[in-house]
Amino acid sequence: MRWIQRLRMAMLMLFRRSSETARLDQEMQFHLDQQIAENIAAGMAADQARSAALRTFGNPTLLHDQARSTWSWSWLEKFTRDVRYGARTLVRSPGFAIVAVLVMALGIGATTSLFTIVRAVLLKPLPFHDPNNLVMVYEHFHDNQLGDGFNVVAPGDFRDWRAHTNGYQDMAAWREYGFNLAGEHAELPEVVKAAGGSWNLFPLLGIQMAHGRSFTPEEDQVGANHVVLLTWNIFQRRFAGDASIVGKQVRLDSNPYTVIGVLPASFTYPDSKTQVWVPYAQTLTARQYDAHDNHQSLVIARLKPGVTATSALAQVSALQYQLHLANASKPVAESAVSRPMIDDVVLDIKTPLTVLFCAVGCMLLIACLNVSNLFVARSAARRKEIAVRGALGGTRLTLIRELMTESLLICTAGGVLGLAISALTTRWLATHWDALPRAEVVRMDVPVLAFSMGLVVLTALLAGLLPAISATGKMAFGVLQESSRSVGGSTSRATMRKTLLAVEIALTVILLFSAALLFKSFMHLRTTDLGCVTDRVLTIKYGLPENQYNTREKVVAFHESLLEKVRRLPGVTSAALVSTPPGGGYEGDDVFTIPEHPPAASVLQDDAIYRSADPEYFKVMQIPLISGRVFTDQERLTRDHYLVVSKKLADQYFSSDNPIGRHIRVSWDTPEPENYEIIGVVGDTVYDVAQPIKPTMYFPILSGLPNQVSSATIMVRTAGDPLLVSVPVQKQVAALDPSLPVYDVLTMQQILGKTTASQSFSATLTLAFALLSLLLAAIGLYGVLSYLISQRITEIGIRVALGAQRSQVLRLILLDGLRPVFLGLLIGLAGGAVVGTLIRSILFGTSPYDPVVFAAMIVSLLLTAVAACAIPALRALKIDPMQALRTE
Amino acid sequence: MGKPSDLVQGTLDLLILKTIALEPMHGWAIAKRIQQISNEVLQVQQGSLYPALHRLEQQAWIRAKWTETETGRQAKFYSLTAAGRAQLEREKESWSRLSNAINLVVENV
Repeated sequence: MRWIQRLRMAMLMLFRRSSETARLDQEMQFHLDQQIAENIAAGMAADQARSAALRTFGNPTLLHDQARSTWSWSWLEKFTRDVRYGARTLVRSPGFAIVAVLVMALGIGATTSLFTIVRAVLLKPLPFHDPNNLVMVYEHFHDNQLGDGFNVVAPGDFRDWRAHTNGYQDMAAWREYGFNLAGEHAELPEVVKAAGGSWNLFPLLGIQMAHGRSFTPEEDQVGANHVVLLTWNIFQRRFAGDASIVGKQVRLDSNPYTVIGVLPASFTYPDSKTQVWVPYAQTLTARQYDAHDNHQSLVIARLKPGVTATSALAQVSALQYQLHLANASKPVAESAVSRPMIDDVVLDIKTPLTVLFCAVGCMLLIACLNVSNLFVARSAARRKEIAVRGALGGTRLTLIRELMTESLLICTAGGVLGLAISALTTRWLATHWDALPRAEVVRMDVPVLAFSMGLVVLTALLAGLLPAISATGKMAFGVLQESSRSVGGSTSRATMRKTLLAVEIALTVILLFSAALLFKSFMHLRTTDLGCVTDRVLTIKYGLPENQYNTREKVVAFHESLLEKVRRLPGVTSAALVSTPPGGGYEGDDVFTIPEHPPAASVLQDDAIYRSADPEYFKVMQIPLISGRVFTDQERLTRDHYLVVSKKLADQYFSSDNPIGRHIRVSWDTPEPENYEIIGVVGDTVYDVAQPIKPTMYFPILSGLPNQVSSATIMVRTAGDPLLVSVPVQKQVAALDPSLPVYDVLTMQQILGKTTASQSFSATLTLAFALLSLLLAAIGLYGVLSYLISQRITEIGIRVALGAQRSQVLRLILLDGLRPVFLGLLIGLAGGAVVGTLIRSILFGTSPYDPVVFAAMIVSLLLTAVAACAIPALRALKIDPMQALRTE
Repeated sequence: MGKPSDLVQGTLDLLILKTIALEPMHGWAIAKRIQQISNEVLQVQQGSLYPALHRLEQQAWIRAKWTETETGRQAKFYSLTAAGRAQLEREKESWSRLSNAINLVVENV
């Protein structure tokens, strides 16, 4: 066990250094004494013997040092010495130290936060068994306007894929669903987000239930006994984590469901808001279950070992083509597409997150350049000290090491502070960033700590090395020969400062530019014209459970009496029903044909979003009627097969003739497609602010169309603050049916806010980083100019004494400061144009070459630059020539 | 007697190990003994002795103990450890290989 002894020795030397040193002295002294004694014995006089012994022995101090240097801790001693020295010099200029530490803390903190999130969200494997073999399989979507894409899968297609292909170990399907969960024991009823999953989904993902069991194949049948799995969230929240709930019943949509199991806390797929899982087939009707044109399911497949994703997919695609041929009259895709499951989960966040990560990286680099610049300034102020030390025999390496230690000290302090900042901001981001998937796995752990330690070292190198090398260059030692009037020795350093500054400005410009683009794009989203008047409108959703409201009369009666009561509420000016409000999402679409038109040669089928509305809706939302008329009060109750279309649909499909009186043929769930007569054309509304307008069909909401009656949104236009009527409206619902939960009580403004929350978040963050960078750049600019002026006091003094005008001095100083700004601006603009192209995909309604953004950014940068230059320039103006000359 | 020559590079460790293999010794005695046995040919530089002793101690090839000398003074006595004995064998073997090789070249070429 030699290493134990070696470790013991090392520790001994580390902790009992002083006593060990004393013993070494003692040992050497003994040696000397022996030698002296021998010399005396040989006949020398005492003092002669002593000096002879010393002569042969050599320099005891040097020997001492050499002996000590074999101890493995000499580097530590040197390091401690450097750190002490560094700390002392830093304390002597606390202003510099504080600014530098804060700058680094901001940079390191922000970068660590974003890294924590990027690592958790984009890089950590999914919490499933062997997640790398999981893929999502979609139908290939093609649309003339929207191009190619991934379309959700029809149940019939899924079942054929699973039965007749063999590239996958297994395939499972799930679809989103929703329930009214009845309140029991005085609990409020609530609308729960649910999902229907095929029985093999959890085994496929390798999920073990926390309590109870998963679905059986028998339960995954249309019309089978109702069973439900609870997620950990609702199990804790609503059932107090009591495992005895397994085996008991809960009421979903007024039907009893037996709880058969509880999912583990780690299972938060597809999101943490999903509360219950029911068998897939139980969320479908028999017709939907067999359909090849009912696109609403997601398919997860696990690749067989040794089978590539491409070859497994090729088989599914071939099969899909057969299905397409066999169902020629229906919208059945011609092929299939797939992508890794992790890509699917992080799809929407990948680009914004990458942009943000690059933005903080950029900011960190700016922070480094800034500290670097501060160091150059300081080392310039310490030129003499460094030169003296160099002259006294300090090697260049020693001097560099010492200067680097200072930078390491600053960056370490910044890193520690930054970690604290990051710990707070990471938590905040994970909880407040709604669009962030997998937020629950975001945490700071060992790799994150290692990352930030790496950052500290890297930033210390970045910030310290260049100034240290330049400060100790050959020129630096010439300073001793310089008279104080000469500034020749510092020219190269001034050039370097200006170069660093130009790079810093260029990075700031790029960052500002991207931020401005994102922000403009976000503002564009917020002010998107939805096609209706959105102020003072309250929306409230409610759903009618099908087994209670099982006849059309009951449904109509409920809607009618609710509308009537709401309209009579004080403060309400009008109210109407619609299936989904503008900006409220896609919800559903359907393909249609136009009987009056010749059959399309293309395999592409025409499709449009469907909405159901009552006649008042268009009036309440002030959607203009372009031609024809809307439904009458009578028509909304009968199935007269009338419909209203949007302008987009009219323009796209009836460009040359009048659409009024023409027909649209839709198939719904009916055995035969039905014809609907177009009675009116209304203005377009936007279903999603980030998407182009789609053709829309409006059906009467009370006409009993499938999927259209059970849930509705009541739109209430008010005279005053719309939120004031939210409680009265909810009371009206409760008065009609106390078991009915309402949800999504939102003003139209809030709906807009909700749909743009993700963009708003990344735009705000990027803007914050950009503004911080601008501030950093301003600090850098100010620092450089102040220094340059302090260098040129004498020169300016002489100029003034020789009769230079104030304006000339001002111009001299400003030009000096603004030259690197202009250079940086030019480089930055070129870089910004490149970055703009890269982030084009997350911009809405904004060109990456937006001249307004360009102009705004240039102006703000120049204003900041002038402000940063003004103070040192004004100081230069105040220089008294006599004073300046006298200091010589 | 010629001028004391410097040690062949890298042989100091071997000499120290060999010297204290017989009995524990303090630094001065080690230097003295090497000088004596080599008929004053090998002169251990004091400057390299103590760093070498520390290095060997750090390697755990020798251990040190403070003991009283015959004259009643405290001195640091070094002795071989088991690992040190093995190291001595290795160094001896490596030395004899090297010196044989040098001999071969010197005599035969």
